[in-house]
Amino acid sequence: MLRDIRPAIVLLLMMTVLTGLAYPLAITGIAQAIFPNQAGGSLVLRAGKPVGSALIGQVFADPRHFHGRPSATTATDPKDPTKTVPSPYNAASSGGSNLAPTAKALVDRVAEDAKALHAEAPGTPIPADLLTTSASGLDPHISPAAALFQIPRIAEARGMAEATLRALVAAHTETALLGLIGEDRVNVLALNLDLDATR
Amino acid sequence: MTILGWSQILLYVLLIGLLTRPIGRYLHHLASAPALPGEAVVYRLAGVDPAREQGWQGYALAMLTFKGAALVLAYGLLRTQTLLPLNPAGQDAITPDLALNTAISFITNTNWQSYGGETAMSHFSQMAVLTVQNFLSAAAGIAIAFAVMRGFARRSAGTVGNFWVDLTRLTLYLLLPASAVLALVLVWQGVPQTLLGAVDVATLEGPAQSIALGPVASQEAIKMLGTNGGGFFNANSAHPFENPTGLTNLLQMLAIFSLGAGLTHCFGRMVGSPRQGWAIFAAMGMMFLAGVVALYASEASANPLLAGIDSGLADAGNWEGKELRFGIAMSALFATITTAASCGAVNAMHASFLPLGGMVPLVNMMLGEIIFGGVGSGLYGFILFAIIAVFVAGLMVGRTPEYLGKKIEAREVKLTMLAVLYLPLVMLGFTAIAVLAPAGLAGLDIGGPHGFSEALYAFVSAAANNGSAFAGLSANTPFWNLMLAAAMLVGRFFVIIPALAIAGSLAAKKTVPPSAGTFPTDGPLFVGLVVGVILIVGGLTFFPALALGPIVEHLAMHAGQTF
Repeated sequence: MLRDIRPAIVLLLMMTVLTGLAYPLAITGIAQAIFPNQAGGSLVLRAGKPVGSALIGQVFADPRHFHGRPSATTATDPKDPTKTVPSPYNAASSGGSNLAPTAKALVDRVAEDAKALHAEAPGTPIPADLLTTSASGLDPHISPAAALFQIPRIAEARGMAEATLRALVAAHTETALLGLIGEDRVNVLALNLDLDATR
Repeated sequence: MTILGWSQILLYVLLIGLLTRPIGRYLHHLASAPALPGEAVVYRLAGVDPAREQGWQGYALAMLTFKGAALVLAYGLLRTQTLLPLNPAGQDAITPDLALNTAISFITNTNWQSYGGETAMSHFSQMAVLTVQNFLSAAAGIAIAFAVMRGFARRSAGTVGNFWVDLTRLTLYLLLPASAVLALVLVWQGVPQTLLGAVDVATLEGPAQSIALGPVASQEAIKMLGTNGGGFFNANSAHPFENPTGLTNLLQMLAIFSLGAGLTHCFGRMVGSPRQGWAIFAAMGMMFLAGVVALYASEASANPLLAGIDSGLADAGNWEGKELRFGIAMSALFATITTAASCGAVNAMHASFLPLGGMVPLVNMMLGEIIFGGVGSGLYGFILFAIIAVFVAGLMVGRTPEYLGKKIEAREVKLTMLAVLYLPLVMLGFTAIAVLAPAGLAGLDIGGPHGFSEALYAFVSAAANNGSAFAGLSANTPFWNLMLAAAMLVGRFFVIIPALAIAGSLAAKKTVPPSAGTFPTDGPLFVGLVVGVILIVGGLTFFPALALGPIVEHLAMHAGQTF
């Protein structure tokens, strides 16, 4: 026991300096030098100002934009710091709903959201990703089907041809790497930036 | 279920199969090379004589002394993070119960997190406390596995290795370089690596968004390779900054299993018969595939409570709590891997899985995480079950059981049963306390069977040193923090100490040459027997608890009941 004390303390401190300071600082230095954009959070600029991150979803509520998935993130209640209030796409506090499949809160929420979406496109089945919250609450993507579902609403709000919007969605549909790794998806922020620039 | 989904799963299995041999060879080199370039400097500074090996007690004592020192340092640094540098977000001090829980969680390779990373931890705490313990707890886990392997490999020996040498080599010659490479690949794919705090942006529609950033990639790499699983962010590997693409998802899943799979081959080489390693690999692989199929089948089906709301929901899988870029198949695969190993990183929220889907992670952890398992702990945990299997086989034919030429006698069997019985005692006993005590019930966000599952999952995860959760649970209270901390300590050290004791007693034995009556442990009969033993022990122990949780919830769900 006594003869273990010196190696324990020396190795612990040495490894703390090596793996806890030298290693992350060296990776930071190299990353900033060769991948400065990614290392800094993949920020998206418009007119020189950051409007978000390409990897992080944000709130879209305007009928003239494509909307992302519902988000279950919360923020501290400004009135009572022991409580939280809903705060969708809070990129300072990620998280999912963690609702059980049998939670009444889940069934009620989905039913309410479905009612609103039905009003938008009566008779069309609603893509599941538009009715379910993501694990991070910050999912930047929707499925191509979820983008197409929203086209009639956007076409009407903007007075644009649906064909133009469909072409835009097709141009923004990313497919699985090598057809095998990942899923087909549309980045909502990139799509909306392009949409705003189109008119 | 889709062809793409099955192809993705198949690709993963093939890649792990290909990685096992080269990684196993390198691990064997680290365990047995007389000297490695540059290591002598470290030993001189630390006052270690690398040639002086330890018996099992000495090895255990060195490990416990080191863990004690790590616990004190981690606790102290967490408590004082407001006084330390690199706290751009101005995080508050960590409360005593949370600091104790977190320190124990990270030194035991559990990485249970009662906090949300981006809302509680300074960059300094993430780097100098959590990242460090990710390295060291992983290295210590593999070191113990090395000691156990030497117990089988050596004849009439009094020692099982030198803990300090194993720890140093695994950290400096394996985990550190591998993490550096993986971290840079992750940055390339979009994982941030910066010392700055959050970036405030005005979003496209106007409202401000504060985007938390930090030294994520350096922590992410070791989090996966060391089967630690503690996320930089609350959402863990579901967060687009921790796991931005399909490719990073594949690499993270490979990182979780690579060392655990490699250790099976390393074991085979250590005992002079690679076939012995492949037999273990096959047994683990079979149980793994069964888990993947069950979880994928569950999540690819619709939640019947939602199916009636819209036809779109009836045709889709269960998307609540899943990220679009991973899809159903890769979420199911990740969840199976992370709980088969003692990783606990998540790329989908396990709480929102359908009941039988959520039961797969639970079962994986209840079996003791011996399906590739935590780095090191998976292998020595599996060997305990292998000892029971040969013991049972010996009873059936009335012959003294042997494993790899070592006679398995009363002492080894008693020690094995000790290790195997502690886990369920803590998992089930603590769950019972939590669902009876008001302070325990206060943490549950739902009543009924799912609430019970939340408590059960928490203690199973803590005692198995996994760290994932049914995260509807509010665990950051003194009751939960302290109970879970106790479960993590028992789960780690009450398995390690008996495992080392077995290693010591086996090392001291002579090796008996195989005879016509020796039960071969490198063939399908052994694989079947050991899988059978694992499933029977697990089933007998845990079926009643599973019946009260996920199974009742499954039946209630199909009966249309909500909670």
